[in-house]
Amino acid sequence: MENSLLAPGHRACAGCAMPTTIRLVLDAAGPNTIVVSPTGCLEVTTTPFPESSWCVPWIHSLFENASAVASGVEVMLKRRKQNTNVVIIGGDGSTFDIGMGCNSGMFERGHKILYVCYDNEAYMNTGVQRSGSTPFCAQTTTTPPGSKSKGNPRPKKDMPAIALAHKVPYVATASVAYPVDLRRKVKAALQVDGPSYIQVNAPCITGWTFDAGTMIEMSRLAVETGLWPLAEWVNGELAGVKKIRRPKPVTDYLEIQGRYKHLFKKNDCGDQLAKIQAIADANKAKYKLVD
Amino acid sequence: MDIKAGRLVDPCSTRLTKTGAWRTFVPVFDHDKCIKCSLCEIYCPEGCIHQVDGLFVPDLDYCKGCSVCAHECPRMAISMVLEEK
Amino acid sequence: MSPINTANMKVVEGSYAVAHAVMCCKPDVISAYPITPQTHIVEHLSQMVANGELDSEFLTVDSEFSALSVLVGASAMGARSYSSTTSQGLALMYEVLYNVSGMRMPVVMNVANRAMGAPLNIWNDQQDAVGARDVGWLQIYVEDVQEAVDATLQAYKIAEDPQIRMPIMVCMDGFVLTHVYEPVELLDKELASQYLPAFQPEKILDPNHPMTFGAFADPSTYTEFRYQQFDAQLKSMAKIEKAAKEFEEIFGRHYGGLVDSYFADDAEVVIVTMGSVIGTIKDAIDAMRKEGKKVGLVKVRSYRPFPVQALRQALKGASVIAVIEKDVSIGAEAGLVTDLKSTFYNSKIRTPVIGFAAGLGGRDITIKDIRKIVDKAEAARKGIESEFEFLDLRTEIL
Repeated sequence: MENSLLAPGHRACAGCAMPTTIRLVLDAAGPNTIVVSPTGCLEVTTTPFPESSWCVPWIHSLFENASAVASGVEVMLKRRKQNTNVVIIGGDGSTFDIGMGCNSGMFERGHKILYVCYDNEAYMNTGVQRSGSTPFCAQTTTTPPGSKSKGNPRPKKDMPAIALAHKVPYVATASVAYPVDLRRKVKAALQVDGPSYIQVNAPCITGWTFDAGTMIEMSRLAVETGLWPLAEWVNGELAGVKKIRRPKPVTDYLEIQGRYKHLFKKNDCGDQLAKIQAIADANKAKYKLVD
Repeated sequence: MDIKAGRLVDPCSTRLTKTGAWRTFVPVFDHDKCIKCSLCEIYCPEGCIHQVDGLFVPDLDYCKGCSVCAHECPRMAISMVLEEK
Repeated sequence: MSPINTANMKVVEGSYAVAHAVMCCKPDVISAYPITPQTHIVEHLSQMVANGELDSEFLTVDSEFSALSVLVGASAMGARSYSSTTSQGLALMYEVLYNVSGMRMPVVMNVANRAMGAPLNIWNDQQDAVGARDVGWLQIYVEDVQEAVDATLQAYKIAEDPQIRMPIMVCMDGFVLTHVYEPVELLDKELASQYLPAFQPEKILDPNHPMTFGAFADPSTYTEFRYQQFDAQLKSMAKIEKAAKEFEEIFGRHYGGLVDSYFADDAEVVIVTMGSVIGTIKDAIDAMRKEGKKVGLVKVRSYRPFPVQALRQALKGASVIAVIEKDVSIGAEAGLVTDLKSTFYNSKIRTPVIGFAAGLGGRDITIKDIRKIVDKAEAARKGIESEFEFLDLRTEIL
């Protein structure tokens, strides 16, 4: 990764998982790539006029239309018979919520576009508000715990399942803590003659509240607890999972993050912890994550 | 600064901003312990760790002192030291 | 203003004529979402592509918002881009309208003007485009199908001019001009190519020359970006005139540049308006002139940029001005009359101006209505009783 296609000097928080994700994706995709991004942490931290971190062609339009913009790019590449990767790199805010309409259209029209979602599980750029990707019980500024609330009451939206429902030929979940796996998945996705979707677990120090240096460890724990299964689907069928070598209880992951600390304060939150453990256990069973 | 037709920005130009000014702690590399696994280079959010004459070295112009490299080094060859300026 | 060679005219549906004009412009990417009364335009275009008559990438997108967003990506790749919409669709893509003009993308879009809901209404008025007058897109309003054809070709010439690079709406009254069958001289493809060369973008998304499009601008630079768009629209006024003149040299037709006029030179009462109601007004003027009334018309063809000098020139001899328009600015008056009055304020023109909103939601404007306006205008010469009113209000159902 000597000549990174993302230059330093960007304004991301110290220890942010997003630029690490970008560097891994671009390393796998190579310089013959056009990147399309929605508004979000990525866009704001990497392109403050008159500077840009991007050493590949890059375009940003609006918060919710990256998929449509990328469709226009892809259609012109096809027209010119030009073999260049089109990669969308966007956060969960755009991917899961406001951009759903455009995403659905792009998947359904079958454009040859790789969609990489760096998932930090909330609208981080605007100040840590809840998104459709925010996990059960997580604290955000719009799902704060209080006497009437235990944090986000809804389960995380299953975006890979939505991609699969659109018959996206390659879908995968990945993590910034498993860089070899992520790069392999990006390369596999770029071989597909159609859309592909990779959702990358990308911890956020500012939003989740943890010591910056533990960013990679945090993502590793998300995988090792079973809360973030690493899986890939080819043509709609589950084609592989990464087994958990050192299974951990969800508390190992939750107790070191500020966004879950309210679950450990009162005795009566044991219920919530049990429910989160149940989510992890269900994943382990469904994907046979533990031998 | 030239406002070019309202939209275009030169590539890789964030290099103009030396984010090294952000840090409080600076990583110090013990090259004797290093096994050259390159995980520090892979994980660094700034992409500012490079091999220079075979040794992994952080570019202190950009290093924000996040300490991800220190936490992930399998040989604990990186330590974070309070930087005195 | 009549086409010269009637031998080449065919009776065709307005939408077909416009689609044919778009075909002659050879767009690379067509991205549009169907919405009444624009649907026939996109249907004809997709048939032309399917028949191999038109080599364009035609995307069946999931919404108008997506439709215009696709063109952001396509235009950044150097595509000649086309879309078409109306009313609710134009409103849905409102965010992208600002984005396209801010990113200086020369997209051409036919807007088949239709009323805005609620209440839901599919018939013609101009609320949709007039309501979007500040987004930075140029706006040309056509009076008949022939002009819709001609203006679409001219629009690309203006938009893609390297000094301009701004998007443009060619506005045609929905149903009235999209679904009417009238004699039209369809564009000749060879002549169209002669008039409109290939699009030469300045920079595109290209891995060989990577550039960043769409960075964010903080307070220290945002104003300058907006000023540049503002300046580009002012510069486009000369280009609009030039595009119309060059069109006339090749095709023999001229429907006006920024403005046009009909018997306005010696008129005492001058009606000012935009769009297809002009046909009715011209018939009314012909009848009233026979009766000895000195009535005339000034057509606003370019609404954005607003042709301040051209209007001051065209209207300087009028004794009273009546503006009729198919939109209303709730809480104030209406777009055209407000812009017109502000045009005169700092000039020497002190002619009384009265305004009428009419034809909203597709209500017909008749010759009788025009005569009513002329009567009210003549009365206003002695003193304005009502500065602005709904001309055809059915008080009995209120």
